[in-house]
Amino acid sequence: MTFLIKGETETWEVVIGLEVHAQVISNAKLFSGAPTDFGADPNSQVSFVDAGMPGMLPVINEVAVEQAVRTGLGLKAQINKRSVFARKNYFYADLPQGYQISQFELPIVGEGTIVLDMPDGTSREVGIERLHLEQDAGKSIHDLHPSKTFIDLNRSGVALMEVVSKPDMRSPDEAGAYLRKLRSIMRYLGTCDGNMDEGSMRCDANVSVRPVGATELRTRCEVKNVNSVRFVMQAIEHEARRHVDIYESGGEIHQETRQYDPNKGETRQMRSKEFAHDYRYFPDPDLLPLVFDDEYIAKIKATLPELPDEKKERFMADYGLTAYDAGVLVVEKETSAYYEDVAKGRDPKAAANWVITNLFGALNKQGISITNSPVSANNLGKLIDLITDDTISGRIAKDVFEVMVDEGKDPETIVEEKGLKQITDTGPIEAAIEQVMADNPGKVEEYRGGKDKLIGWFVGQVMKQTGGKANPGMLNELLRKKLAP
Amino acid sequence: MSLDDATVRKIATLARIDVADADLAPLAKELSGIMSWIEQLQEVDTDSVEPMSGGTDMTLGWRKDAVSDGGHADKVLANAPESHEGFFGVPKVIE
Amino acid sequence: MNELVQLSLSDARDGLAKGDFSAVELTQAHVHAMEAHRDLNAYITEVPDLALERAKEADHNLGRGEAGALEGLPLGIKDLFCTEGILTTAASHILDGFTPPYESFVTANLKAAGAVTLGKTNLDEFAMGSSNESSYYGPAHNPWKRAGDPSHLVPGGSSGGSAAAVAARMCLAATGTDTGGSIRQPASFCGIVGMKPTYGRCSRWGIVAFSSSLDQAGPMTRTVRDSAMLLSVMAGHDPKDSTSADMPVPDFEAALTGDIKGLRIGIPAEYRLAELNADVAALWGKGINWLKDAGAEIIDIALPHTKYALPTYYIVAPAEASSNLARYDGVRFGLRVDGDSLDDMYTKTRAAGFGAEVKRRIFIGTYALSAGYYDAYYLKAQKVRQLIYQDFASAFENVDAILTPTTPTPAFPLGENSSDPVAMYLNDVFTVPASLAGIPGISVPAGLSGDGLPLGLQLLTKRWDEETLFRVAGVLEEAAGFTGHPLEGEG
Repeated sequence: MTFLIKGETETWEVVIGLEVHAQVISNAKLFSGAPTDFGADPNSQVSFVDAGMPGMLPVINEVAVEQAVRTGLGLKAQINKRSVFARKNYFYADLPQGYQISQFELPIVGEGTIVLDMPDGTSREVGIERLHLEQDAGKSIHDLHPSKTFIDLNRSGVALMEVVSKPDMRSPDEAGAYLRKLRSIMRYLGTCDGNMDEGSMRCDANVSVRPVGATELRTRCEVKNVNSVRFVMQAIEHEARRHVDIYESGGEIHQETRQYDPNKGETRQMRSKEFAHDYRYFPDPDLLPLVFDDEYIAKIKATLPELPDEKKERFMADYGLTAYDAGVLVVEKETSAYYEDVAKGRDPKAAANWVITNLFGALNKQGISITNSPVSANNLGKLIDLITDDTISGRIAKDVFEVMVDEGKDPETIVEEKGLKQITDTGPIEAAIEQVMADNPGKVEEYRGGKDKLIGWFVGQVMKQTGGKANPGMLNELLRKKLAP
Repeated sequence: MSLDDATVRKIATLARIDVADADLAPLAKELSGIMSWIEQLQEVDTDSVEPMSGGTDMTLGWRKDAVSDGGHADKVLANAPESHEGFFGVPKVIE
Repeated sequence: MNELVQLSLSDARDGLAKGDFSAVELTQAHVHAMEAHRDLNAYITEVPDLALERAKEADHNLGRGEAGALEGLPLGIKDLFCTEGILTTAASHILDGFTPPYESFVTANLKAAGAVTLGKTNLDEFAMGSSNESSYYGPAHNPWKRAGDPSHLVPGGSSGGSAAAVAARMCLAATGTDTGGSIRQPASFCGIVGMKPTYGRCSRWGIVAFSSSLDQAGPMTRTVRDSAMLLSVMAGHDPKDSTSADMPVPDFEAALTGDIKGLRIGIPAEYRLAELNADVAALWGKGINWLKDAGAEIIDIALPHTKYALPTYYIVAPAEASSNLARYDGVRFGLRVDGDSLDDMYTKTRAAGFGAEVKRRIFIGTYALSAGYYDAYYLKAQKVRQLIYQDFASAFENVDAILTPTTPTPAFPLGENSSDPVAMYLNDVFTVPASLAGIPGISVPAGLSGDGLPLGLQLLTKRWDEETLFRVAGVLEEAAGFTGHPLEGEG
């Protein structure tokens, strides 16, 4: 899956590192008791701490610590038993304290690894540099007044985990796979809901290019706050091509912060970030070092669910699934649970096919998630059972499935109501065959004269005659017998 | 340690405090005076010394994850020089 | 002058309990004193109506036998403590009109114990200063004057208004905050008792921050007993301050046993500066003898990094301040000066809102933290701070308390040090080391200079040992028998 940009003078490789800001699932903020719900009235979820009022002090939320450790464990990363909060100093209207409390030199989580599942079924490892806890800023709203920016501090102080990757990715596809995998892991862990459209997961992409074969990294640009996986992939591609164009026309890239405009399909420099930054990080004297012991880590570790990578391996080993099918089924915890319910006591490959091809197709068409699926795992399982015990044919099953999607009914009921039960008595099938043969003596002649291929035509006719309900195996067998000269 | 005008200008920008051009040189002189007095710290051998970043050797206490605050936008906005419809207002920012 | 204002805090408490006078009478007497001495500029905001209303409630509670530990006792509150519904300025223009919708932990404790707030006392802007001259509201004056010299003297700083108010009997006691000596130095200049507790003993929640790793609230009183009594109410664990110690508050008054036999008192050689004022040096000698006479063992100790304490402090405190004061940006509270853009508004607001000393420290702090200088200044200072702490830790292996002068000189005239920042900083040479180490200290008025100005002696103990501190301070106070009174010869 190499992604290379062919320029006029060189072929270029793109180097990508991602910084993901993931909102921690918690009731209250990182350092205050204000709530974290999305979409509340402006400034209604703000404590005096979040508003940076004089004399206000931060106190850390224990769940934020636990969620960060949990995520670190999920990323198979180093957990630092002593970490330090630092202040990142800069002025901005939605940053009430004039600094963001973050972690700098000693983050709570150190190096880890994430395995990407690529669309072709291959996998690839990307290094995690670190994960640290930090406060979110408030929100600046620029379009409510002609000459004013409005500030809402509801998000101010919400706990974020910043997950920083190593510059290990080489294509937009890998960046997409990274984001999907990270989101999947955090959803499994229950540490971040991963909703990019609500801003609870945001991505900054560091992009640079270099000629294929070069080992040194070139100057990177940071594309800020992209809010969907698709846009991240697009933004990276556009940014990489921009670099190539500039290099090939003899120009230089300057390190800068850029913004992606999905409507225009281009990145542009952010004016508010033009100032040369000097964040003057220093340990926050309002907060003492964050310290916990091995026992604390072990307790959290004991509650970790089976994560997607392990589940994928198990699906391949226990159910004999392909890497691709297993990978697809484990992305969402809910999907994998659904699949296992369907597969229980049944042919696991058939179950995987039904879930991936039919169910996903139907859900995608309607734009609904598996948790709201009109077809329950139990009903899909029953449908497979009806095929297995020859109650219906695979072809009829597809029709039954459509009805299940539309009406949410039990497949047995549908088969009963619509009289779709497969005909497995020889009598009616033989009668239908005889009828077809009687109506088409010419075809019978041709077949008997050696035109074997006509068997398909006969099968179709008999099926039609039986309303598609004839057991296909039986039909075939009887037909051949009857047609035999 | 001597701070030149450009350095002082940079510091003033970082600190978001307006300094008139005419005040820059005297300010640089004053700050240089203080910094050269502070320079004596370099005499101290601190090679194997752990920095002391807080006023105490305690470690951090944790808070329960319970909602105990918020719901008082009126109080949050009460001291604001400018507010509109529940928001703080500032001069328009172009991103 | 009404005799009620001459009472100590503890005597006033006892008098109220016995019904010798009412809380309203006591408060009224202080309201009059406050009005009579407005020339001292000790208060930025007076709240006599609130005070009298509160005093009425106090009388009610006293009558029902439901008195709190400070029921009906009128206090001054340094205007660095946020007080709900009462203007809080930090003596800065930038907090113009700021009325907090919340009450600091310490003042909430005082309120809950029944204390009466008379008003908010003057201070150096954002507590940055040693003379109270950096206040946007003008300097407070020391109620003391040199014998035969009418010129106004500084009350010290930053808690200069509190010190002047306590000395001039404009309140029974006051709160202060101490970052590098801001309680102890003005207490020494004004002839009162000023005590800085162990860092973490009093919650910083609701106190306008100057330097978070150094700021500590403490009592300013006329006697050591009053100091112990007031601290018992101010102190305590506050879950809203991560640096507040989760440990019980001892009964500090009970520590005043008057007995220091066998205690070991350290005398640090490094505090014997060449430029030490002769009166101060002589008083220190007397202090040593008083403690020896009371049965203590005097031991010479070394605090080798003492001379680096001031330059260390002038990196650490400004660095933290440069960040702590970033929130004063004209967006959510206080002063705003309009500008064409957000940055223009910021820079104009902050230029107009901060005074010269505050700006100076913000610049120094910003510089010390900036790229390329962090290691040389901030990190270096943190390491030297560690050495200073270790000096004390080693010393306290051999001694129970340390005795030093509080200040190198008595109070000086207004304007004397204002042109040379470093000369001004030297005022805190004896108080800053304990602040950096986070240990408790107390200044006890112990005598008068040759020209009739009060001088304090400072006692220090190890962290969390305020009980020994008060015990020794009580003995020192008794031995010194300081009875000096400012405003002598006035009506």
